[in-house]
Amino acid sequence: MSEILVLVEQVEGEVKKVTLELLTLARSLGTPAAVWLGPGITADAKAKLAEYGAEKIYVGGSEELVQYVVAPKAEALAQLVADKAPAAVLVAATAEGKEIAGRLAVKTDSGVITDAVGLGEGFVADQSIFGGGVNVRAKVRRGTPIVAVRPNSTAPAPSAGAGAEEEISVTLSEAAKAARVVERVKQEKGARPELTEAAIVVSGGRGVGSAENFSVIEGLADALGAAVGASRAATDAGWYPHQFQVGQTGKTVSPQLYIAAGISGAIQHRAGMQTAKTIVAINKDPEAPIFELADYGVVGDLHQVVPQLTEEIKKRK
Amino acid sequence: MNIVVCVKQVPDTATERKLRSDDKTLDRDAADGVVNELDEYAVEEALKLKEAHGGEVTVLTMGPGKATETIRKALAMGADKAVHLSDDALHGSDALSTSYAMAQVLKKIGFDLVILGSESTDARTGVLAAMLAERLGASQLTLANKVEVEGTSIRVQRITDYGFDKVEAALPAVVSVVEKINEPRYPSFKGIMAAKKKPVETIAIGDASIDAGQVGLDAAWSEVVDFAAAPPRAAGTIVKDEGDGGANAADFLASKKFI
Ligand SMILES: Cc1cc2nc3c(=O)[nH]c(=O)nc-3n(C[C@H](O)[C@H](O)[C@@H](O)COP(=O)(O)OP(=O)(O)OC[C@H]3O[C@@H](n4cnc5c(N)ncnc54)[C@H](O)[C@@H]3O)c2cc1C
Ligand SMILES: Cc1cc2nc3c(=O)[nH]c(=O)nc-3n(C[C@H](O)[C@H](O)[C@H](O)COP(=O)(O)OP(=O)(O)OC[C@H]3O[C@@H](n4cnc5c(N)ncnc54)[C@H](O)[C@@H]3O)c2cc1C
Repeated sequence: MSEILVLVEQVEGEVKKVTLELLTLARSLGTPAAVWLGPGITADAKAKLAEYGAEKIYVGGSEELVQYVVAPKAEALAQLVADKAPAAVLVAATAEGKEIAGRLAVKTDSGVITDAVGLGEGFVADQSIFGGGVNVRAKVRRGTPIVAVRPNSTAPAPSAGAGAEEEISVTLSEAAKAARVVERVKQEKGARPELTEAAIVVSGGRGVGSAENFSVIEGLADALGAAVGASRAATDAGWYPHQFQVGQTGKTVSPQLYIAAGISGAIQHRAGMQTAKTIVAINKDPEAPIFELADYGVVGDLHQVVPQLTEEIKKRK
Repeated sequence: MNIVVCVKQVPDTATERKLRSDDKTLDRDAADGVVNELDEYAVEEALKLKEAHGGEVTVLTMGPGKATETIRKALAMGADKAVHLSDDALHGSDALSTSYAMAQVLKKIGFDLVILGSESTDARTGVLAAMLAERLGASQLTLANKVEVEGTSIRVQRITDYGFDKVEAALPAVVSVVEKINEPRYPSFKGIMAAKKKPVETIAIGDASIDAGQVGLDAAWSEVVDFAAAPPRAAGTIVKDEGDGGANAADFLASKKFI
């Protein structure tokens, strides 16, 4: 079976969950080969990639690959595509993953599908468009299929691969070095999982009422091991940092469970969370549109309901 | 400084959006066309940079005849002139062909800086800026929430999952912006009147050396195989909080094995 390249996402050497999902998906369609771009691959990371089915691990370890905005990674992948003629290339549908996919598509004269929520035979991808209103099946018909897959689209399942390491050396063009990263600024991250990757997301909206009250949302999130999200009303009010905004102009999340507290469920918010497998809503207005989506809804004051829910979860653990 | 802002007409998110059953492309008649929201932030940023550094702001849109409405809005905000790439041959273009066609126009009209929204509300691919940078050999400074130009160098803050990166490059550059970058101005009455007199050049693919074999539905690198309205979610259980709402929700989560 032909190789399917999977671009590895990692934070400080640790392979992100979405990569394990992509390897799992790749295994059903061909032979997964992980591509690590940047310095710092560890024995743990290699073991993890092999555990989830990587038969090959291509390692481009040069510092230069991460010193510029996305272009070097696209260039490295393009060289691999030329050398290995893979059946497809999978990346995570994060903002950066999609940009890499875009440049790679131009370089290799290949079509790209973004925000796939599933991938089947012949690399036909499922997309959920227009805020979840329409399901599309789309495929690439020119070049090597390049598919950006949303986190949480597949459950990662281990199945050992050989994990044979192959070093790759990448020659970067001057054009790839045009936009240099001069400083990386890390903001409060804490112990919570990354928003777009989290299996559970608890989001608060205008109904939370203030920045301080977001501790109620955080309390529930921590009890569930979840990420915290927010509606635009809440981020615009300055109650929660913008990078946690869920929706059309914020992040797209597809968790197993999404809990919306004090969020009305405007179409632009729904655009970012509608593909969640299970949705729970807490809102004092029984007419709130979020209840149309909810698998379970509580009509009530979130300041009563959420702390009680948090306590119950702690009790039952 | 010669700034080009890309502005896309998209169906209003407040109306029902559809694909056409015949050729599976966006149904532009089903919903009202509006300016892609993020593109208003792109226009605002272009106007600010012009105010600080001088030069000219050109609006570029690719779309059918009615996309002119979008151009008018950007001109009313204060852009100087517009180029509207409009040709039936472009119908059904995917991201590859759209970026190809727009890059050809950009090469023809010239630029120091191209500014786009970071994604459109209809297709939301978020790839166009990166593709344009690649095709034009320009610096890519995308997902910016702050832009500074000094002479021929440009610096942005690029939003990342962990915070932001400070990025530096030389012009020419392609920049995409996120919504927290500024507050777009409302067109004034004077601006709206002035916009009517501003030059809008409508061009066809032949005017920008665009190869008809690289654009449109037949040439597209990707295709929609089929589509269907998402099945409505099965009605959920809605309970009123009688003092036990949290406990009831916990029961539900337990039944689904979340706790
Ligand atoms: C629901 C849907 C899904 C799609 N999925 C795919 C896909 O997976 N792969 C694919 O190759 N194509 C796809 N397309 C086609 C693609 O949308 C179009 O080719 C095109 O409009 C560019 O993509 P975008 O709007 O997503 O660009 P984005 O990268 O999201 O847009 C970024 C910015 O580019 C500018 N811009 C985009 N288009 C124009 C324009 N015509 N004129 C002026 N400025 C513009 C705007 O400033 C915008 O804010 C899809 C279309 C639809 C309707
Ligand atoms: C182009 C565009 C893009 C947008 N992008 C986004 C986006 O990315 N993300 C996003 O979220 N929004 C986005 N919006 C904004 C969106 O339209 C809504 O305004 C926003 O989602 C509303 O946030 P909210 O639900 O928190 O606030 P509201 O709509 O004000 O709803 C608050 C809800 O809280 C309930 N409530 C109040 N107090 C309590 C309480 N004590 N207990 C329980 N419930 C309570 C109320 O009944 C109400 O239903 C966008 C808008 C536009 C036009």
